[in-house]
Amino acid sequence: MIKQNVIEATQLTKKFGNFTAVNAITFKVAKGEIFGFLGANGAGKTTAMKMLIGISNPTSGQANVAGFDVYKNAEDIKKNIGYMSQKFALYDDLTVKENITFFGGIYGLKRAVIKEKATVLIDELGLHDVANDLVGSLPLGWKQKLAFSVALLHNPKIIFLDEPTGGVDPITRRQFWELIYKTADNGTTVFVTTHYMDEAEYCDRVSIMVDGKIEALDTPKKLKEQFKVNSMNDVFLKLARG
Amino acid sequence: MKRFIGFIKKEFYHIFRDRRSLFILFGMPIAQIMLFGFAITNEINNVDIAILDHSKDATTQEIINKIAASKYFSISEIIEREADIEKAFQKGKIKAVLNFEHDFSKKLIRNNKATIQIVTDATDPNTANTISNYTNAILQKYLQTINKDIKIAYQIQPETRMVYNAELKSVFMFVPGVMTVILMLVSAMMTSISITREKELGTMEILLVSPIKPFQVIVGKVFPYIFLSIINAVVIVLLSIFVFKMPIRGSLFLLGLESVLFIINALSLGILISTISKTQQTAMMISLMGLMLPVILLSGFIFPIASMPLPLQIISNIIPAKWFIIILKAIMLKGVGISFIWKETLILVGMTLFFMGLSIKKYKIRLE
Repeated sequence: MIKQNVIEATQLTKKFGNFTAVNAITFKVAKGEIFGFLGANGAGKTTAMKMLIGISNPTSGQANVAGFDVYKNAEDIKKNIGYMSQKFALYDDLTVKENITFFGGIYGLKRAVIKEKATVLIDELGLHDVANDLVGSLPLGWKQKLAFSVALLHNPKIIFLDEPTGGVDPITRRQFWELIYKTADNGTTVFVTTHYMDEAEYCDRVSIMVDGKIEALDTPKKLKEQFKVNSMNDVFLKLARG
Repeated sequence: MKRFIGFIKKEFYHIFRDRRSLFILFGMPIAQIMLFGFAITNEINNVDIAILDHSKDATTQEIINKIAASKYFSISEIIEREADIEKAFQKGKIKAVLNFEHDFSKKLIRNNKATIQIVTDATDPNTANTISNYTNAILQKYLQTINKDIKIAYQIQPETRMVYNAELKSVFMFVPGVMTVILMLVSAMMTSISITREKELGTMEILLVSPIKPFQVIVGKVFPYIFLSIINAVVIVLLSIFVFKMPIRGSLFLLGLESVLFIINALSLGILISTISKTQQTAMMISLMGLMLPVILLSGFIFPIASMPLPLQIISNIIPAKWFIIILKAIMLKGVGISFIWKETLILVGMTLFFMGLSIKKYKIRLE
């Protein structure tokens, strides 16, 4: 069976004046894959991701996300992807239910569908007792899971996670990765940026960006063999130090 | 459309669950109008003045009695020589000296004209101005009574009637200003803060990644504030009518239309501010420094534009509030129609379009 690609980027480039933030990156992500997008701060991860999710126009190169061109069909891309940032951005002054209703609403879901999904979601996350509490009163780990589930409300083909585990304790991080696995098993592609190298080990494939270029791209196992080291952390250090 | 309604509902949750913004929205207008109406006033009461009477005749005595009898002045010193005027001021108690020339009565009867010099302490120009106005008013009234008695048609009367606000009620002058300040505050500051708040929380990013269009996001954020600002405008007008007995002489409909125009103008300013500021605090500082201060100081609300130095008079032209205050005063106090204020209205429309265009441009750049 030939794997279907849901993200295809070819020579994708973004320049700000004379500065090249993303320098001709080329990669493919298959359906249902967990793709780790690594790089130091300022390496161009965020800029690359912004082009893929349709809120920033590339300077040159091609990219196709969820079957749509980033230049021509940015609006269609938006309908088919989910996005969660490192801030787990939900509205603190809205209740759990209101947040679900609101975000379901802006993705154009029907009221009945939202209601049904909200029930399932609250059930799965065990948020029964706090469903009518303000999100601001929830612990960070719960907020993170809720934000993740909300980003999946409209059944996107791909979910983009921008450093989803920042500031969360190790146990919660572990639990969160279980959610990610479950999502990938359901056929949703997961595109995740992270700082934590142990998390990189959990990914199916990993790309490492240095100064706007992708310097390495393979499974964690092969990368470790290639660089003759024992952990992804060492792979990263070798690359980052040149 | 359903998306849009959901968005507005969410916006109202934000507003009604935040005590601070609720206070700014509804407490401030009432507090401000009461404060300006009752406490801060440029009316004068029992101002100490001195008299220098060179004639000491029946007429001057009568004028002095009239002035002493008014609640505005109290005569605290009688001066005998010109040289003592300066000394009297230096003591700091008196604010004005009334100087009657020699042979006041005779000159008035013989020449139909006598002179009284009003020397005011202009370190406080507003009070000085008011004192001279009030003194004039008392003199005019006196002239009217003696003219009536004598019934001589050829008496000369200088015409300095106080038009539009004959009772010199300062609250009438303040209402348009307070209304302008509040609408500016609610519309511009609150929207700029609420938009930057989404940026700060990271929810703006989520919204931009969603299929909802940036334009819809902005309209959705602004819409509730249009609604609340209109309520505020109505509250202010009702308070001024029923608490301060201020007559609204012009058309209420026109007043409403012009207010909506100014609200939209302020909202577009608020959007503009939100495009250039990253945090709520920056947005608030820019709103306060960049909008509130000019609105209070340069719009003619407190300080008359005519008495500003020329550069400030020129600058005052670019402040939308100045034009709105002119419009409000024209409608409320003079009761004129659109034919008298179309120029000011056009200026406001132009400014609104300019701010809107600029913020759309800025917003797009930011999305890049």
